[in-house]
Amino acid sequence: MSGAGAREAVFPTRMNLNIMQGRLKGAQTGHSLLSRKRDALTTRFRGILRKVDEAKRKMGRVMQLASFSLAEVTYAAGGDIAYLVQEQAKTATFKVKAKQENVSGVMLPAFDAVREGSTDFNLTGLGRGGQQIQKAREVYAKALETLVELASLQARMHSPTAFTILDEVIRTTNRRVNAIEHVIIPKLENTIKYVVSELDEMDREEFFRLKKVQGKKKRDAEAAELVKQQLAAEGINVDNEEDAETEEEHALDLLAEKDADVMF
Amino acid sequence: MEALFFNVDSGFLEGIVRGYRAGLLTTSQYHNLTQCDTLEDFRMQLSQTDYGNFLANEPSPISTSTIHAKATQLLVDQFNYLRSNAVEPLSTFLEYMTYAYMIDNVILLITGTLHERDTHELLERCHPLGVFDTMPALCVATNVEELYHSVLVETPLAPYFRDALSASDLDDLNIELIRNTLYKAYLEDFHKFCSTLPYPTGEVMHQILAFEADRRTLNITINSFHSSLSKDQRARLFPSIGRLFPEGNNALARSDDLEGVKNACEYIAQYRAFFDTAAGQTNGSGPGLDDTDAALTRLENAFFAHEVHLNKLSFLQQFQYGVFYSFVKLKEQEIRSLTWIAECIAQEAKDRVGDFVPIW
Repeated sequence: MSGAGAREAVFPTRMNLNIMQGRLKGAQTGHSLLSRKRDALTTRFRGILRKVDEAKRKMGRVMQLASFSLAEVTYAAGGDIAYLVQEQAKTATFKVKAKQENVSGVMLPAFDAVREGSTDFNLTGLGRGGQQIQKAREVYAKALETLVELASLQARMHSPTAFTILDEVIRTTNRRVNAIEHVIIPKLENTIKYVVSELDEMDREEFFRLKKVQGKKKRDAEAAELVKQQLAAEGINVDNEEDAETEEEHALDLLAEKDADVMF
Repeated sequence: MEALFFNVDSGFLEGIVRGYRAGLLTTSQYHNLTQCDTLEDFRMQLSQTDYGNFLANEPSPISTSTIHAKATQLLVDQFNYLRSNAVEPLSTFLEYMTYAYMIDNVILLITGTLHERDTHELLERCHPLGVFDTMPALCVATNVEELYHSVLVETPLAPYFRDALSASDLDDLNIELIRNTLYKAYLEDFHKFCSTLPYPTGEVMHQILAFEADRRTLNITINSFHSSLSKDQRARLFPSIGRLFPEGNNALARSDDLEGVKNACEYIAQYRAFFDTAAGQTNGSGPGLDDTDAALTRLENAFFAHEVHLNKLSFLQQFQYGVFYSFVKLKEQEIRSLTWIAECIAQEAKDRVGDFVPIW
């Protein structure tokens, strides 16, 4: 029965039982703590994932809007204005700044979108379609902002720093929780079961032995009594026999005392 | 008496152009087009119209720009047929019509040259209606003076450039200014030319050109509100024809916001109506910056609609050249509408698909 699962290699003693019980309690506390940590980390992880997902969806919408506004420009300005706009853009009005955020010792890469007001091509389409061009420009700038936001989140996911670390931590915690739950706790339980059963077994053996001893003592006493009665009836050579008998009784007494100790 | 001999020279071409006009898409055809779910359907629907199988040789995922390019090519072919069959003074009239595209091309080339782009790439981007022989030579010029003396003096645009030459150097702001100055000069010149033509032409063209001029004036005013264009410069870009000239133009030159523009247009009932519709719809959709945008978009649409209306009117008169101009403009509008519908289909924005100007 005790050999059903893995167990610690310990002697089945009461001290070891106590130690094992202590360890089991510790393992259970640790398990509950770790699983709570795991849940918290997973929630955070999922939170970031959800944000990324949202950003991606938003990007889809914004990009659609943006390309639609370009269609409006084509309609209003009637023709290829892309080239003119391209040529008249001189300085970048939309810049991305990369920086690092220090979050609890982990360096997170982050991007910031910086917009500078520019008048580079605000005369394009002066004759026709100028408003649409400006509008398209605004919409595209917004689309870019969403892109930068997404990039910032994605960088968090794929950079070898924060997100991976989070991921790693979650995995380690998961491993620990599972190990405690499925290996350590059963092992300890098995050990305890084993120790308890061994101890019970020893108790039973001892009890049986005592019973045996008592039975033998009774038989011996009866036999001695019988011999005594025979001798008394015959009336010979009692003294020598009596000496030997007292010695024997003394030894029996000692055994009885010891027995009492073991019993209680 | 003019009408008596009109058909000797231009009767054939007028017949042709009226035939072309009959090929413009009708409302029911537009309706069919807007019902399409994919560009393949769109192509199918178009093949049943006057466009025939103009997209037949295109590889299957057709883009809207291909549709636009092919449709424009069709227009150019038709126009070139007209031009090669025309005799004076109709040929001059058709020449004049190409000047507008020439201006765009010249400006495109100047811009490209300034940034040292590849000439061939630039030439490909030019509008085919505005191509002229000496165009590639434009790329050698580096400033306006040189441009004028070496190249432009040979082109029909030379007189217009004389006015714009005051721009001391070529930078991006000035290029836009040059373009509009040229266009102003062109409109005025075209108007003058039209008034020398026999009676109905001048009258019909006056209507259309006056509106074109007013539209430019209004657009320039509205577009320059938040730009670095000074009011002085702005006033110089306004064409001196049109119904707003002169007092409306003066008011527009001074105006600072949409309200000012609106006030300037008060005296002309039709233009006031544009703002009324724009404003009337505005009130329904709540206040905010988007509102101004929406109002301006509607204004733009109102301009397009009115242009189409005027061009349609010119077909009601016979024995005049206005039909040629009107046909090209209507066809252009049709190409724009087609591109718009195609865009809407491609981008699955079906709720906006009706925002074009149907012609018939």
